[in-house]
Amino acid sequence: MDVVGQLQRQFIDYTASLYREGYVDDQFTQLQKLQDESSPDFVVEVITLFFDDCEKLINNMAKAMEQQVVDFKQVDSHVHQLKGSSSSVGAMRVKNTCVAFRTVCEAQNLEGCLRCLQQVNHDYSLLKNKLQTLFRLEQQILAAGGSIPMVE
Amino acid sequence: MGMAAAESQFHVLAVDDSVIDRKLIERLLKTSSYQVTTVDSGSKALQFLGLYEEEGDQQTNPPQTPCVSPTNNHHQEVEVNLVITDYCMPGMTGYDLLKKIKESSSLRNIPVVIMSSENVPSRISRCLEEGAEEFFLKPVRLSDLNRLKPHIMKTKIKGQQNLEKLEEESEETQFQSPPPTLPLQEQQQLQQPPQSQPQQQQQEQQTPSNNKRKAMEEGLSPDRTRPRYNGIATLV
Repeated sequence: MDVVGQLQRQFIDYTASLYREGYVDDQFTQLQKLQDESSPDFVVEVITLFFDDCEKLINNMAKAMEQQVVDFKQVDSHVHQLKGSSSSVGAMRVKNTCVAFRTVCEAQNLEGCLRCLQQVNHDYSLLKNKLQTLFRLEQQILAAGGSIPMVE
Repeated sequence: MGMAAAESQFHVLAVDDSVIDRKLIERLLKTSSYQVTTVDSGSKALQFLGLYEEEGDQQTNPPQTPCVSPTNNHHQEVEVNLVITDYCMPGMTGYDLLKKIKESSSLRNIPVVIMSSENVPSRISRCLEEGAEEFFLKPVRLSDLNRLKPHIMKTKIKGQQNLEKLEEESEETQFQSPPPTLPLQEQQQLQQPPQSQPQQQQQEQQTPSNNKRKAMEEGLSPDRTRPRYNGIATLV
């Protein structure tokens, strides 16, 4: 198999694993569908926005939970936002952790919140790693003169 | 390419406080051939629509007389054919925005669609009863946007009917309004000689009544009465 073919194979397998392992869901596929010649970097742009949003919100949550008296409504509002944006980009694990996070917020369970914060940070870091790898693969394919295979 | 050209004239105002969701809805709308403006708050949306918070009672504004725009908003630089807004926003919620638009004599013709990440039946019915055309659950998909067209077309027709009504009032003639499926170009050329039609076509009957998001089919009857915000053009 030529270089392009190999890279494309890698890309397909890697993408499939992301879905299989629950990092991304169908909404991520929907993002791909919105990318075309008129908006060739759409997915990268949205995902970048998402990562920025993650960092900001996770920081805000951490700050809120460091307070003497924790304002759980505040924390919940940050989690709600993160849940929304992760859902919009198909970041399934992050979203699911946010769902659990909202429950412990509502219960005003600080320990539970701290655990969820750790988890969501972990999910975000992993996902970031995975997607950056995916984007690099894409770049390699394009640089080698190939096209990105559509993975359903 | 008549219809496609007409579609590209449709201008949607999208309102969402999330930058990611704004980017997404913008792409979805552009992919569906709409012109898009995005704003991040309800108050900015109202500003864009030409409705300033400081203005007094909209009801006391004089009727739009020498106005050619179907939406009859002489404040607007650009015509807006549909507003799609997130429900949960800080400050003015999507519901508040919806109310303000429907309470405004100049803006109430504009169809409004609400989006929300949460499937709360009472929220959905409240919005629909306040006059929202559709309620989309997030994340919104391309297939959801296909449901926008009938509402936008209705507005164009209502606008056309409105113009015709104004002419009618001065000429004392009856017009038959065109069915929604006619290309817009033909509709706009409909300065036809008066026909004695007993009443205007019931546009509402031609649009499918089951367009509402199936998030809560049980609670809603498709025939529920919506507040009639434009007594001029429609008969229910």
